Amino acid sequence: MSDNFGFSDAPQHAPEDRTLTYLEAITEALFVEMDRDEDVLVMGEDVGGDFGGAFNATKGLAAKFGDRRVINTPIAELSFTGMANGMALMGLRPVVEMQFADFISSGFDSIVQFAATSHYRGIGKVPWVIRAPSDGGIRSGPFHSQNPEAWFVHTPGLKVVAPSTPADAKGLLAAAIRDDNPVIYFEAKPLYRSIKGDVPGGEHVSEIGKAAVRRSGTDVTVIAYGTQVHTALDAAERVAADGIDVAVLDLRTLKPLDTEAILEAAIKTGKVVVVHAANRMVGVGAEVASLIAEEAFESLDAPIIRIGGLDTPVPFSPPLEDAYRPSAGKIESAIRKLADY
Amino acid sequence: MNETLRLNAYRWMTLTRTFDETMVAMWKQGRGIGGTFSERGHEAVSVGAGMALGPDDVVAPMHRDLGTYLLRGMTPERIFGNLLGRQMGVSGGRDANLHGLGDLDLNIIGFISHIPQAIPTALGAAMAFRYRDEPRVAMTFVGDGGSCSGAFHESLNMAALYNAPFVLIIENNQYAYSTPLSQEMKIADIAGRLPGYGLAATTVDGNDVEAVYAATTDAVERARSGGGPSVIEARTMRMLGHAIHDGAQYVPEALLAEWESRDPVRMFRTRLIKGGVPAEDLDALDQAAATEIAAAVRVAEAAPLPDPESVGEGVFA
Repeated sequence: MSDNFGFSDAPQHAPEDRTLTYLEAITEALFVEMDRDEDVLVMGEDVGGDFGGAFNATKGLAAKFGDRRVINTPIAELSFTGMANGMALMGLRPVVEMQFADFISSGFDSIVQFAATSHYRGIGKVPWVIRAPSDGGIRSGPFHSQNPEAWFVHTPGLKVVAPSTPADAKGLLAAAIRDDNPVIYFEAKPLYRSIKGDVPGGEHVSEIGKAAVRRSGTDVTVIAYGTQVHTALDAAERVAADGIDVAVLDLRTLKPLDTEAILEAAIKTGKVVVVHAANRMVGVGAEVASLIAEEAFESLDAPIIRIGGLDTPVPFSPPLEDAYRPSAGKIESAIRKLADY
Repeated sequence: MNETLRLNAYRWMTLTRTFDETMVAMWKQGRGIGGTFSERGHEAVSVGAGMALGPDDVVAPMHRDLGTYLLRGMTPERIFGNLLGRQMGVSGGRDANLHGLGDLDLNIIGFISHIPQAIPTALGAAMAFRYRDEPRVAMTFVGDGGSCSGAFHESLNMAALYNAPFVLIIENNQYAYSTPLSQEMKIADIAGRLPGYGLAATTVDGNDVEAVYAATTDAVERARSGGGPSVIEARTMRMLGHAIHDGAQYVPEALLAEWESRDPVRMFRTRLIKGGVPAEDLDALDQAAATEIAAAVRVAEAAPLPDPESVGEGVFA
């Protein structure tokens, strides 16, 4: 297969250059998986035609695969997600684009009531993926900045992934498409064009349910996912000059959690900061912190610190949003507090 | 309907009625688990519409469509097993009463309580057939109550837009739980909404199994031949409460009496006899239904409950 997938608007790269942006990696996964399996199709608002989605993630797909496989939908999240349930029961593998993760609440019944329970109740497998462009920090206000992953991590029967690198953006999307369960794929909008990385060509599948150590360290462990992995790595650099050696664990999958990797990372340093951009209350960080408290209490040398969004809607104005969000500075303070503990 | 189809329809209607009456009696005797739903009054809709489908078509029935489940090959034994929470029940004790009666081997998609979630689900099945160029049709049901929900309108707009091979039967049974139609919507004619979405819509007497069958057959053939989706409003009456606990004192007795005089099973029986079918032939079908249902209850009641150790199995595929 050629690198531009036979279509001039698709991302183009010299064969030896496998450095892609996070967004290009998402598009590449869609091209590769649709090319590989005729059961894979894409649907959502504005995904079809020449337009290719609000963020251009599906650009070029309609030209290559046709309107039947790249289905433009009306504004009807509840029912087009419900339609994906029926398609999936019939053996298709629809990839549904929520234009923004914030709008996923409009499709809630189809996701948490039908799709999530269907296999348990003997109805059948529902192998779809919902791509949910999430996260803020890009001055988009309360309804284009949310991180609603906790709702779905709380729901039995769903898998939830949140890549932080271009390689994982491709590999976890491919894995989600191939998985026989409904998978919600939270893609971080702030990373779309801000990071580039090496991405394997052709078929590339990352394993769902496996965390990755992004930085080794002996003093404090920061556990994060999505955008906050990069914020945590920045914070780790800031304190390195002072001799504080920070480890960063990227969860990559939020459900099922890689409990083994979490406990190993916590036990190694005995001091843990958990960071996510979603608000703290009953967030993924609460689950990670209680897991460590239950299973590794004897190995802890300090209280676990959770950093997340505030318990407010996501505010728009820059000073307000900055006050709301985690930052390298906030993580740095937490690391220093634990290092001194 | 020809003679064979008519006798077949009567067979399924009497089996459905016998199942329903047996179930209601058992629950009143305290032999049930949890609640359940009677479909009394809906036999002509669930049997007439269900019979119009071909074996490869897919249907997503609801809780008052027992006849459709039965005639698609879901045995009374498995359905009683589900009602009684048994391992051999359709959902293996995972879902309650008539919910979750899904079996893709029988081309049946089980529904959930979030009405009308079955509409977008069945539409998705139709979209899969359209995508694969398969000559198959997907059909589902909704009540007058469900027709007020957002998913009804979203889905029907898309069904027309995509020209999906899809059929929707609206069972207008006059009540959404305790709320009469006049308090659910300004209009009295639900089918009248649908041309606004570019959909073919028709209204039939939901107590006349042949009328339901004829309208549904037309709709199914139109969908199969690429003519697009249709909606059929079948006017009927929910003759008992919303669920087994509900005495439905809020329904005027005169209204029930009016519909009782047009009971779908009795009305069809009278028509068949007038048409020359010997009453003894119909009695034999009634007797066969009674025997089949009694045997199904015996098997289901004797069947084991699920092992509590299995509670965590099957969350993921």
